Amino acid sequence: MNYDKILIRYGDLIMKGRNRSQFEKRLLQQLKRSLRPFEALTYFKTYGRLTISLNGESYEPIAARIKDIFGIASFSPVLSVENDLEKIREASLMLMKSLDTPPKTFKVTAKRGWKAYPHSSQEMNHLVGSYVLPAMPELKVDVRNPEVELRVDVQEEATYIFVKVEMAAGGFPFGSNGKALLLLSGGIDSPVAGWMAMRKGLELEAVHFHSYPFTSEKAKEKVIDLARRLSYYAGAPFKLHLVPFTEVQTRLAAAKQDNLIITLMRRAMLRITEELAAKNGAHGIVTGESLGQVASQTLGSMNVIGRATDLPLIKPLIMMDKQEIINEAVRIGTFETSILPYEDCCTLFLPKSPSTNPNLRVVEYTEASIKELDQLIAEAVEGTEIMTLTPDAPAQSEDAGEDRWF
Amino acid sequence: MLYFDHCASTPPYPEVIDTLAEVMKVHYANPSSIHRAGAEADKLIGRSRALLGELFAVKPEEWVFTSGGTESNNTAIKGIAKQYRTRGNHLITTQIEHASVYDTFRQLEREGFKVTYLPVSQTGHVDVEQLRQAMTDETILVSVMHVNNETGAVQPIEAIGRMLKSSYPRTIFHVDAVQSIGKLPVVLKNWGIDLLSGSAHKVRGPKGVGILYVREGIQLYPLLTGGAQERGFRAGTQNVPGIVASAKAFRLSIQSAQERKERMEKLRGQLVEIVNAIPELRMNGSEDPQEMAPHIVHFSYPGMKPEVIVHLLEEQQIIASTKSACSSKDSKPSRVLLAMGAALPQASGGIRISFGDEHTERDVETLGEALRQMVDKLKPLERGITTTHELR
Repeated sequence: MNYDKILIRYGDLIMKGRNRSQFEKRLLQQLKRSLRPFEALTYFKTYGRLTISLNGESYEPIAARIKDIFGIASFSPVLSVENDLEKIREASLMLMKSLDTPPKTFKVTAKRGWKAYPHSSQEMNHLVGSYVLPAMPELKVDVRNPEVELRVDVQEEATYIFVKVEMAAGGFPFGSNGKALLLLSGGIDSPVAGWMAMRKGLELEAVHFHSYPFTSEKAKEKVIDLARRLSYYAGAPFKLHLVPFTEVQTRLAAAKQDNLIITLMRRAMLRITEELAAKNGAHGIVTGESLGQVASQTLGSMNVIGRATDLPLIKPLIMMDKQEIINEAVRIGTFETSILPYEDCCTLFLPKSPSTNPNLRVVEYTEASIKELDQLIAEAVEGTEIMTLTPDAPAQSEDAGEDRWF
Repeated sequence: MLYFDHCASTPPYPEVIDTLAEVMKVHYANPSSIHRAGAEADKLIGRSRALLGELFAVKPEEWVFTSGGTESNNTAIKGIAKQYRTRGNHLITTQIEHASVYDTFRQLEREGFKVTYLPVSQTGHVDVEQLRQAMTDETILVSVMHVNNETGAVQPIEAIGRMLKSSYPRTIFHVDAVQSIGKLPVVLKNWGIDLLSGSAHKVRGPKGVGILYVREGIQLYPLLTGGAQERGFRAGTQNVPGIVASAKAFRLSIQSAQERKERMEKLRGQLVEIVNAIPELRMNGSEDPQEMAPHIVHFSYPGMKPEVIVHLLEEQQIIASTKSACSSKDSKPSRVLLAMGAALPQASGGIRISFGDEHTERDVETLGEALRQMVDKLKPLERGITTTHELR
């Protein structure tokens, strides 16, 4: 079927009262940016929804992209025709006949959004149904449980005819709810947390701590690949802050508080991230923590670690099971990268029995005893390298070597 | 000299040669090493893989690099047979496969597998219905070539793939596409292909590099062990310069495939007309050009030793070939032509002309003239130099 338009329905932003137009504008901007490779597309905004004209572009690749744009609840490929009964009937029949598996039952659901049109919704149901039925002898009407619902939507500018409703990501448009920093480790959880945070309209920048040479170049590349995947969902250039953590980490390890090393490390990371947030206008920190998953993610640990920062800590995965998180990681396409076996700095110097209930006083005392800690943290912030990743740019390995070689 | 043996090997693109030399000079580190130099070499392989993924609309990780078409075919067929032996003991291929497929199945047969070799029609095409009838619950692998390397007959890969996916989704489908990549569309996902072999030197790349598509979710019992390279399916240090240069050759060939196809269809039509006008020569394959690859013309001079023809043409600065290069040194009649039901004299007299990007209508005209002269010269001797098989 050669559809000519895509009808887009908004997600949560429908509830946003007076901010609505701002959200709509952001979504349109987001759509245009994400669909830039499809040059022929044109966009048309009406109250409560958005229409994209395909102008000859094929539907499938565009649908695949739209599915992943935040702020869209669902969308439909549609045929648009003039508001003329005969044309509406012909197009309806053509659409019904084009379906891959011919349905046995259907119903027509007409909607007259443009009240100047001469036939009411009820009349239209009948007028279209009575035209389609005799032309498709196998087909019956079933108003309760039809296999196919043929929708005829009469609007002022045109009538839209469609049968398919595809679900999209939902949520709010990227960046419509402020900016936060995401702690991106390279594991399974943090990319999922990032996806969920972005879905709720947070603009994110990722922060990764590396301890080269204790961690490898490949561990860093893995994180870059994950961030690039997130940039696809962001639909916008995506910043990754690479923090040199070696000095801080080795100094903390030298404090000989083996059971607290994870706690100390985490607190240092939050302090560094807080400074990066201030520098970059972010107002929260998103982490991939899930309650009880590891020693640093018990309530006791979170209490002591979280006190290192005043910023709100957003933990989308906090009540999810590991398997649920894995399923999400597979779905958003980060799982395969996440399970590559490169050690990151969180697994480095891992003690035999990390404390699940660290003592805040001991922790603070230990930190105070490391005189140069503030200095090391400042240096880590200072030495942070920023990469900007774009969704349409080639993947990590794709800028290898010289372009002329390929 | 006019080189008409592009099915055997092709002249590399000049820029492919540059790439090969430059990468070889700079990136000599072992791509499996963990130091930076190794990582850079590894990234080049990653980028080559990504390029293949893009060209065939599949995931980069689904491509495995090998040492050539023969290794790709061996890796695929033996790898599946051994990996999925517990699922069943039956394999299906055709009577007209390239030796690297055919002999591999023969070997598996000696190891105890049951193999069905599908027959072909007089035009050299397999039939989807016959395949359906040969299928059993025990069938774990079906391997059919896309374009036959001798006759150029195009096999109904799309129809076979769809039939298998709808009726036998557990059976794995391998396609030897060595002769079709760069000349015909090759569609992996929609055609239901699980494994696909290609070779770089057939698409103006370097020798020594093959590619093998292994659909996500399929496991192969590795032919070569000794390292985790290529997802563990193919141990051994990768040929970094060869792989990068091959990726480029595949890109250049595939991106110009449609144009090439249209150009070569014209050349083929021209040559077919010339051959048909010479009564001593007989075209092999289908008369319908849609069923034949655009770059191959195959005909016989019944009763005449093909070697004599090749040498006579060579005297006129024309390079043509008999059968496929891999088996042209034995003088047995062509297994492919025999499968097509040709009488013995025709089966042993096959001449293959295969076009390249450099050929023009004028070159085909020159070739036509040479063919006419060759026939004039040989005609009085027809009885004298007949093949041994006819005398039997």
